[in-house]
Amino acid sequence: MSYVSEQNGLDQARISLAGPGDYFALLKPRVMSLVVFTALAGLLVAPGQMNPVIGFTALLAIAIGAGASGALNMWYDADIDAVMTRTRTRPIPAGLILPNEALAFGLFLSVFSVFMLGLVTNWLAAGLLAFTIFFYVVVYTMWLKRSTPQNIVIGGAAGAFPPMVAYAAATGSVSLSSLVLFAIIFVWTPPHFWALALLKSKEYQAVGIPMMPNVKGPDHTRLEILLYTIVLAPLAVVPWLMGFASPVYGAVAISAGLAMLALAVRVFCVRRGQGRDEESDRAAKQLFAFSIVYLFLLFAVIVVENSVSRLGF
Amino acid sequence: MVNQPAQNERPPEGIKLTPEQEKSRRARNIAIGLAVGFFVVLFYAITVVKVGPAVFNRPL
Repeated sequence: MSYVSEQNGLDQARISLAGPGDYFALLKPRVMSLVVFTALAGLLVAPGQMNPVIGFTALLAIAIGAGASGALNMWYDADIDAVMTRTRTRPIPAGLILPNEALAFGLFLSVFSVFMLGLVTNWLAAGLLAFTIFFYVVVYTMWLKRSTPQNIVIGGAAGAFPPMVAYAAATGSVSLSSLVLFAIIFVWTPPHFWALALLKSKEYQAVGIPMMPNVKGPDHTRLEILLYTIVLAPLAVVPWLMGFASPVYGAVAISAGLAMLALAVRVFCVRRGQGRDEESDRAAKQLFAFSIVYLFLLFAVIVVENSVSRLGF
Repeated sequence: MVNQPAQNERPPEGIKLTPEQEKSRRARNIAIGLAVGFFVVLFYAITVVKVGPAVFNRPL
């Protein structure tokens, strides 16, 4: 009997103790905040003026769609979440919300967010949002995550779509600039996740998730981290070269890219063993932490400079 | 012969909620109410923005 059917069968008639905060936790608020931020960049990069109410609603719909994906991911992954220390306090494994409740919540929010975006902006944006939810839940969570070490490479596309969805919401089209923003997040995802996977490889092993360090080994993972970072650092400069970001953005992208590259080189060089376990783990931890700062910096500059120019300063 | 109650029969006094269950149910109800209220206001604002005064300008 699967974890989900076991949990649903256990206590169908019980009265829930879950509060609004537990349902909010199902939406993966930290992921949602990153999605809102990158989507805002996509919205601001788009040419033309957008009514603030419509812009706000588009961002809200994208955020709800991302949250719905998170809830559906937690519904499907409840069995492995219950084993891993990082995820065992999530609402389903903690026993606060039944899997079926999370499934209904996620499905309702998915449909609601897609129709809201379609009715308020356009159906290209709504279609892209629907595809993003489908990609994250079905392609990544149900298929790739448990079957290939390339899971987060291909699945990373789901996290990269929000700026494109927002751009489509503002313009009704997809452009090269929105594709560049997509590509930056897409190429950023593997070094970001594999740095974490190097630290948590035992846990992934225990639940049978084929992450790169478990399948190809930590050394191969370090090499791939380095290769993706070598592609990422120059790619992040492209918005400036294409002219939809300022030289300030270019300077930030170059300097932060070099810092990211230096950390990736360190992860590649400092291997576990010969008494360097701690140093090696520290290098991976630093790369993981800095990768978040790096992506935040890139999009923060785009958001700030576009907001400033739109406000007419 | 004694009549056995059906297995799923509820107690005659109904289900009594514990204080924790009542508290969490109330919190959920308030959250749903606030969310519905928020979306009513939002959709009203969207209607005004998208249609504006033209809402009256249509064939009857």
